Amino acid sequence: MTATATLLRAFNTNKTSWAGLIVLLAVVALAALAPWIAPHDPIEQDIFARLEGPSATYPLGTDQFGRCILSRLLHGARYSLFIGIASTLAAMLVGSLIGMLAGWYGGRFDVVVMQAMDVLLAFPALILGLILVAMLGPTLPNIILAIAATSVPAFARIARAPTIAVKEREYVEACRALGYSDARILFLHILPNIFAEILVMSSLWLASAIRTEASLAFIGLGLRPPIPTWGGMIREGFENILDSYWLAMAPGVAILVVVFALNLLGDGLRDAVDPKLKGES
Amino acid sequence: MSTFIARRCAFALVTLWAVLTLVFFIVRVVPGDPAQVILGEQATADAIAAMRTRLGLDRPLGVQYVEFLWGALRGDWGVSLVTGRPVVQEVLAVLPWTIELTLAALVIGAAAGIPLGVWAAVNRNRATDYVIRLASLLGLSFPAFVSGILLLIFFAIQLRWAPVMSTQGGSFSAWLGALALPAINLGLIMAAYITRVTRSAMLEVLGEDYVRTARAKGVPWRAVVWRHALRNALIPIITIVGLYLGVLIGNSVLTEIVFNRPGLGKLIVGALNQRDYTLLQGMMVIYTFVVIIVNLLTDLAYGAADPRVKLK
Repeated sequence: MTATATLLRAFNTNKTSWAGLIVLLAVVALAALAPWIAPHDPIEQDIFARLEGPSATYPLGTDQFGRCILSRLLHGARYSLFIGIASTLAAMLVGSLIGMLAGWYGGRFDVVVMQAMDVLLAFPALILGLILVAMLGPTLPNIILAIAATSVPAFARIARAPTIAVKEREYVEACRALGYSDARILFLHILPNIFAEILVMSSLWLASAIRTEASLAFIGLGLRPPIPTWGGMIREGFENILDSYWLAMAPGVAILVVVFALNLLGDGLRDAVDPKLKGES
Repeated sequence: MSTFIARRCAFALVTLWAVLTLVFFIVRVVPGDPAQVILGEQATADAIAAMRTRLGLDRPLGVQYVEFLWGALRGDWGVSLVTGRPVVQEVLAVLPWTIELTLAALVIGAAAGIPLGVWAAVNRNRATDYVIRLASLLGLSFPAFVSGILLLIFFAIQLRWAPVMSTQGGSFSAWLGALALPAINLGLIMAAYITRVTRSAMLEVLGEDYVRTARAKGVPWRAVVWRHALRNALIPIITIVGLYLGVLIGNSVLTEIVFNRPGLGKLIVGALNQRDYTLLQGMMVIYTFVVIIVNLLTDLAYGAADPRVKLK
């Protein structure tokens, strides 16, 4: 079965995946259209309207600098999604490659590589991300790199198991008999067969990447102000929590909605793709 | 069994060495001279050279490496650049806070998560199951600081049931009041994970032959679920919860920040902000020890419980 067919079947097995996908697409659309639909410039300060509640001019109120919360939220979605997607893609490429090579060559190479991956996987992702960003500096590429580093081992694990399962199959035997190179077999014959599984897991790891980015920004290791990031907005709102608690609530709910949508999407798909659960539901 | 234990221990030692080496080089490879960072941009070349000597950075890399490994194994993890106290002391001073919070969260997580997971598994594909699955998925979607802030807003600011800041010492009720919200915050997220793990472990066990046998010989359904099935499901549940240690540690860092509670998390963030490289390096070593020991225990528990694991 091709990756597309597998995915389509997966979507129809579990309807909650559709709900997750629709919410996610809506957020992506809002983020893409942010420069046109945001009512204000996200970094424009209105010193006569600081810490205001919701009004016609400022639908979600303003922060301590008199900046429009809604506009910052819409623009912040672009950074959250971009960092999340870029770091997940990077981790997917590097991690899948490591996992496929470990599964394909097996033996001592497999043992050493996967043991290293297991330790990285067990190491607290947030602590690892925190240390990397703190040492490299909180710039866009560094944040992407740090978050990617925390999810590489997960992708290595995901790619390894199906590679081992597939490499004993007849068609791979046939490829070997034909004298194809390892690279050709891996990329043209094995990758297409494990791609659906990797893609499904990537939606779950995208959720985790977005959460990690927000957590880093909340701790103070996000993109530098005045760039609007959701985690950074919560950090600023948290400083004024006693008198204007809604500042922290709006971006908090935004992160929750995106992460929940991605988890709904990935969780439903995983149930359908996971060979252990196949034919059960 | 003994060869299995010996192999796992040897593995753990090799991993420990590899990670320690990695930590050593990460701290040294990153751009920026620690001495320059500590003293600031205005520091003279002499002052920087003196600081480098004090930090031991002027010696050959090989010597530093051997000393670092030797020190790490003896429990000598350096001296904090900021306070001048040994890293071990800094960590021991806040460790009880973190252990207290983590244990309380695990208790809440298990007390809520295991019954919910069993309930969902028994009612598979019925309304109860869907509601529990959705709720647990929502629970693990919460970044710990968002749920923490929401709890703070509702219970400490709106209802005034709990203090906004944690207080040190005092009566039992003050202690409980300060622990309650952070523990509930961490515990609910843990409960979401445990619910899901319990549900899938129970589903697997409920399909086993011995469950059918127990039913066939007339054991009441309730006893089959709670005594026969759950007991067998507990082993995978414990191992997988062991794997969530990383998530738990990350969430405890965020929880400590939100509730302004002392602990390892606040210590590491403080070390980052103050560029306390030795404290940071020491804490990475400590986290590595914890992660590897928990991994080893998890493996051994699995090996002890399931004889088939030994064959691998």
